[in-house]
Amino acid sequence: MTELTRRTITELRDGFRSGDFSAREIAEQFNAAVAGARALNAYTVETPNDALAAADTADAARVSGDLQPLSGIPLGIKDLFATAGVDTTAGSNILAGFKPPYESTVSGNLRRAGAGMLGKLNMDEFAMGSSNETSAYGPVLSPWKRNDGGNAALTPGGSSGGSAAAVAAGLAPGVTGTDTGGSIRQPAAFTGISGIKPTYGRCSRWGIVAFASSLDQAGPMARTVRDCAILLEAMAGFDPKDSTSLDLAVPRWEAGLSSDLKGKRVGIPTEYRIKGVPDEINALWDQGIEWLRDAGAEPVEISLPHTKYALPTYYIIAPAEASSNLARYDGVRYGRREAGEGGLEGMYSATRAAGFGAEVKRRIMIGTYVLSAGFYDAYFNKAQRVRALIKQDFRAAFEQCDLILTPTAPSAAFGLGEKLADPIAMYLNDVFAVPASLAGLPAMSVPGGLDDLGLPLGLQIIGRELDEQGVLIAGLAIEERAGFSARPEKWW
Amino acid sequence: MADATAPYRIRGETGEWEVVIGLEVHAQVTSNAKLFSRAATAFGAEPNTQVSLVDAAMPGMLPVPNRECIRQAVRTGMALAATINRWSRFDRKNYFYADLPQGYQISQLYHPLVGEGTVHVLTDEKDEGSAKAIGIERIHVEQDAGKLMHDQHPTMSYVDLNRCGVALMEIVSKPDMRSPAEAGAYLRKLRAILRYVGSCDGNMEEGSMRADVNVSVRRPGDPFGTRTETKNVNSVRFVQAVIEHEARRQIEVLEEGGAVLQETRLYDPGRQETRSLRSKEDAHDYRYFPDPDLLPLELDDAFLADCRASLPELPDAKRKRFELMGMSAYNASVLTAEVETASWFDVLLSHGVDPKQAANWVVAELFGALNRLGVSIAECPVSPAHAAELLKLVADGTISGSIAKTVFEKMLESGDPAGAIVEGEGLRQTSDTGAIDAEIERILGANADKVEQYRAGKQQLFGFFVGQTMKAMAGKANPQVVNERLRAKLG
Amino acid sequence: MSVDTATVRHIARLARLKMSDAEVEAMVPELNNILGWVEQLGEVDTDGVEPLTAVIDLGLRLRDDRVTDGGIQDEVLANAPEAQHGFFAVPKVIE
Repeated sequence: MTELTRRTITELRDGFRSGDFSAREIAEQFNAAVAGARALNAYTVETPNDALAAADTADAARVSGDLQPLSGIPLGIKDLFATAGVDTTAGSNILAGFKPPYESTVSGNLRRAGAGMLGKLNMDEFAMGSSNETSAYGPVLSPWKRNDGGNAALTPGGSSGGSAAAVAAGLAPGVTGTDTGGSIRQPAAFTGISGIKPTYGRCSRWGIVAFASSLDQAGPMARTVRDCAILLEAMAGFDPKDSTSLDLAVPRWEAGLSSDLKGKRVGIPTEYRIKGVPDEINALWDQGIEWLRDAGAEPVEISLPHTKYALPTYYIIAPAEASSNLARYDGVRYGRREAGEGGLEGMYSATRAAGFGAEVKRRIMIGTYVLSAGFYDAYFNKAQRVRALIKQDFRAAFEQCDLILTPTAPSAAFGLGEKLADPIAMYLNDVFAVPASLAGLPAMSVPGGLDDLGLPLGLQIIGRELDEQGVLIAGLAIEERAGFSARPEKWW
Repeated sequence: MADATAPYRIRGETGEWEVVIGLEVHAQVTSNAKLFSRAATAFGAEPNTQVSLVDAAMPGMLPVPNRECIRQAVRTGMALAATINRWSRFDRKNYFYADLPQGYQISQLYHPLVGEGTVHVLTDEKDEGSAKAIGIERIHVEQDAGKLMHDQHPTMSYVDLNRCGVALMEIVSKPDMRSPAEAGAYLRKLRAILRYVGSCDGNMEEGSMRADVNVSVRRPGDPFGTRTETKNVNSVRFVQAVIEHEARRQIEVLEEGGAVLQETRLYDPGRQETRSLRSKEDAHDYRYFPDPDLLPLELDDAFLADCRASLPELPDAKRKRFELMGMSAYNASVLTAEVETASWFDVLLSHGVDPKQAANWVVAELFGALNRLGVSIAECPVSPAHAAELLKLVADGTISGSIAKTVFEKMLESGDPAGAIVEGEGLRQTSDTGAIDAEIERILGANADKVEQYRAGKQQLFGFFVGQTMKAMAGKANPQVVNERLRAKLG
Repeated sequence: MSVDTATVRHIARLARLKMSDAEVEAMVPELNNILGWVEQLGEVDTDGVEPLTAVIDLGLRLRDDRVTDGGIQDEVLANAPEAQHGFFAVPKVIE
């Protein structure tokens, strides 16, 4: 039997189209891989029949000549996306048993493009976390292990931890993720895969359980840059049901791929050289600069002066929005209900106390506090002013360069439990990812190499608004030069 | 009513007090679909059947604003001569309640759609001296909440989200009113303007319009006192009752040396009193912030021009036009108070009738008839075209004024046009001097004694001869001709 | 600024999160830690800087006034913990 679970989407698509194997074979192999990898806890729901049904449709389409862009490709869907009739819980107890009578626009777009669904992917509760440890289903285990002989369980990153682990372990050729402050890019970096967060507004947020509305963006995660381009093309597009959706045609990103950066200036922000970041990370960054120079780009030093304030800004705005977005989980219309004591208010308080986990509660508390009477200006409005400055920093920088290269994360994957006791240490994981989120810019992580312990490290490319193409091209330039081919050894 | 221009004062134990009133009117915007969802707004449907997944605040659902709701609020602002803010924004007002599925109401706190404007009122329709301008502070657009029912189950309340998400305009007045009469005049005028504009049906019984009543009292000339806000009052009468009650209550508190608490109160129409909702106050901190699901609302010239072009003639302008046509101030006022009356009357005028005659006839005859029949002008069995025909028959002498009353009654019964009734029943007025002279001769002959008395100076008998002649002519004689001929014969 | 147990209780009440005394006690340092950290924004000179209103340069789109939704009572109520006679049912509210 041909081993299909190690292939890229591009390879699967092309092989299926040329008749090397059937869509059903693809689906069956991935279904088996999913069922055989429960130790990783990557999936919260498995939907093998869905994958098979889509595969059968694809096989029939191949005969009738009615192929769609993703015919034959089964995907994993992050549990933040509403999937019609399939449990959608955002990794939270409070949505236990919730079966939406609707399909998110993005997952619907993928289905219309011919993709099947392998299942729903584990994630940090309401996408709040950087290690997948806040999930009500328990943490996802990274398929990667350190090469130090220890057997420490590592995080795949978060919040799209299930998504990242699934791709890295060959449990899906591609997946959806969402990125509010790094939740696609950081787990991609931790697991040696690629992932792109497009410009805010490219992918509809309709049907994606909201975390922080002004930051949330869906995006693909896959093995290669080309696979990301293929998936993003199918996911993106104008949606009149989302007021923040960009009314623009979807570019043909795959067709526009190259790795030629001639004439491009790549900005290297001095403020991203921060204390405490391992030398290996900075060394990889320097290597990345050389790779891009080799691809024809001219590196230029740039300044993003407000970088150090991005995280605190984010940790005001995102919890504020979340505290309001999560008010609807009240035990009345869906999800869990606890009777509590003291009538309606007692029911609300008991339901929410029982339904939300510690990190979600913490962020609701912070968000409620920073919006409360007397603090709105000092916290929320101050943060929105600083956010305007951060956006302005990027605008100014992009007058001197076309793309920006940085590390994706300040470390490689860490061990489960290592940062749970210190929320700020956990938050610092997203120090390089958050600025682009605050500015709504497209940004992608591609694997660059392994650290001394054999764990993947990623490089981040940030582009101008709407320049996903430039980001993907730079990503491909790195991918070709890095030659990253490491895979976690199967232990699960 | 006493002199409407005299300041309204309440006499307390320790002297006179002035009452200061501001109103926040919630008016349901007339639209087919809701403010942020595509579900219907109609009243009275089965529970939860006019609810979209957006209204039910399902996870991941997003609001998309309805152009018509924005347009209606802008038109309303224009009708109130208010500033239209080309840049406005929606904010979230956060609180938990079972009728609020999102856990927040989408409203506008920081940047409302409409700014300051004015409503001109008359507290006495017959007295131009009672005119007053009441300031509008702002109008913002927001979502209505759902409905809770408490009497269906012993331990549960039931939630119906049909109303949830229907567009409301909150029209906030300045604290410019000083009496229940002014507040009543303001509400009636505001309601009339909304109905002219077509932005709200003004139906207070169905809750399409309700008011939060802000009341404070002070010694005349003093700064504003502390106010209370009585929520959700749903008739003009109740608003006035709330003001009277609240003013008296506050005066009592103050005169006993106490202080008025700034608080929210609820009106109980059964007991005709307000009571405090203080117990719920402490938990409220609405944590307003800009709704990140919605971008700033920017209105362009074309949108504003369309809003302005679609505005009808408003009550004040119409009233002035009617007065310039020669109608009395009172007639002009009552004819413009309700949009249906004004429209009906405008159609009548369009048929080329004499405006003054028409106004008198509508106010005296038509209103009387509608009252008797207990129908609104919209349901009037006589069309403006038929009424115009009737008025023209009087104006050109075809029928007399008294015959016109008979004809009108028949028109109300049959719905037939005036001309057909006049012809069919032979009611045409005659100016045939031969026939009239013959009757006069006969009557004078039969009443020789009265002729004697008249000629001896008892002038008031003239009316008797007119009456007798008209009676003999079955009312159809032209009264002017009868007068002339009688004068000639009697010398 | 520094929060105390009373503030935590107040915020928890606003957020409708039931908390035991122990949870309140534990939340005080956690919130203070995070708030102290975000307060470094105070260093940034934001005089004359307008708060960001939208991350993308786009105006609000308005939709047409057409009724194309609703009439889905079953779907609306399908996930409700308690629904009766077409209504959502909640513990009795005393007004």
